[in-house]
Amino acid sequence: MTELRTPISEEAIRALKVGDIVSINGTAVTARDAAHKYMVESWIESEPSGEDKELRTTLKPILSGGIIYHCGPVVNQDESGKWHFIAAGPTTSSREEPYEHKVIKAFGVRAVIGKGGMGDKTLAACGEFGAVYLHAVGGAATLIAQNVEEVEAVYKTEFGLPEAFWQIRVKDFQCVVTMDSHGGSLHKDVLSQSRGKYNEMFGG
Amino acid sequence: MKTIPDLVEHALELIRLTSTKLPDDIVSALKSGRKKETTGSAAEATLVTIETNIEMASEMSTPICQDTGTPLFYVKHPWDYPTRMMREAFTSAVQIATEKNYLRPNAVDSVTGKNSGDNTGDHFPAIYFDQWDRDDEIEVRLMLKGGGSENQGAQYSLPYGPLDAGRDMDGVRKVILDQVVNAQGQGCGPAVLGVCIGGDRASGYALAKKQSIRPLEDVNPDPVLADLEKEITEKGNHLGIGPMGFGGETTLLGTKITKAHRVPASFFVSIIYMCWAARQKTMTFKNGEVSYD
Repeated sequence: MTELRTPISEEAIRALKVGDIVSINGTAVTARDAAHKYMVESWIESEPSGEDKELRTTLKPILSGGIIYHCGPVVNQDESGKWHFIAAGPTTSSREEPYEHKVIKAFGVRAVIGKGGMGDKTLAACGEFGAVYLHAVGGAATLIAQNVEEVEAVYKTEFGLPEAFWQIRVKDFQCVVTMDSHGGSLHKDVLSQSRGKYNEMFGG
Repeated sequence: MKTIPDLVEHALELIRLTSTKLPDDIVSALKSGRKKETTGSAAEATLVTIETNIEMASEMSTPICQDTGTPLFYVKHPWDYPTRMMREAFTSAVQIATEKNYLRPNAVDSVTGKNSGDNTGDHFPAIYFDQWDRDDEIEVRLMLKGGGSENQGAQYSLPYGPLDAGRDMDGVRKVILDQVVNAQGQGCGPAVLGVCIGGDRASGYALAKKQSIRPLEDVNPDPVLADLEKEITEKGNHLGIGPMGFGGETTLLGTKITKAHRVPASFFVSIIYMCWAARQKTMTFKNGEVSYD
């Protein structure tokens, strides 16, 4: 098992190959549908001002060499106002395919955690900018929440709690590399093998 | 008109149990799937993680999956119980369950994008009533259907040119297994497929969804469909997609199929993909007692 600690260097990413198991320590930021649309439209494809600019300035150093986690957690706020993760498995990543390559390029994100894999644009960005896609076990929400040591901050709760940016500190969060920076994708391989078997079944 | 004492509290318990404990048949199917996987494979490790998560969620009374999905209540009731009273009670229970973190706030206005924050909204939660001929017995079946798996549902209209799938059982096989290939790991397999052959666009999906929560050991009374269920599960597992799409032996935990008459012009095959976190529980009121199964 390889340990990844944020901020992650390009060298550490280039050393990873599809099938490697990694253990993550450090800071990650959750972002799913609304957050990805927002990052691209308000931070990357236009010059932000006011609160949007402020938030970009806050998150930029965390995203640089950092980790985006596709996750909409179940959270609980205690009496002191502190948030806690109760259940926090990955959500389906393919919905972020139109956005992720732009986010990787703009911020130098080194790892994207999710489930189900992503497409060619993200795979190309992993190769070009030195990033990996890490697969967590979908649905393993209570278990993964135990790896979240602390909720450091939350932004954009107006997107709804599942869609907000949750800045979290994780410990020993285990994932499998399923897309690497050398063009390897387990998802592409399994898709082509299973489609091949389907065609054999029906004589296609 | 009759009422059920403490219905909100009972419904809240039904939601807690459904969100935090998986049915036994699914748990044993996952365990036997794990035994079939190669030692040291990603498929095996995934199923071990899934089992650990199931045990932990049950002990801690926290959601098995953070996507607590669309709450769907299927109610069977005698003629003299008012459905409005039940609808109000289930809606309140859903709101309380959200405060208690058994459910994630999941109801989003499709036009404004605003999350209502309490799991209620237009047609949310989904509640369906069926009147039956039993007196003084009410059955409430709750399904929590996650979005990731729901997105992997599909409806084909036969004939379907791209697969050369005709209006016969061979065409039906082709489209069902095509969707298993399309879904890959995105819907959190290993999955249970619920299928309806025929019906109209709406009834097809509704019937397929009800099939997806039939107990796994349950044998289809129609021998043709019983054989088809077995065949689809075997062929689906032969595709090698495996848990989470990592490759492996366990792609489907089971397949459940029903049929509905169709008009001559239409031939739909509706497929519901149910993730391994197939959360469903039943609450029964009988002779003044409540029980959960």
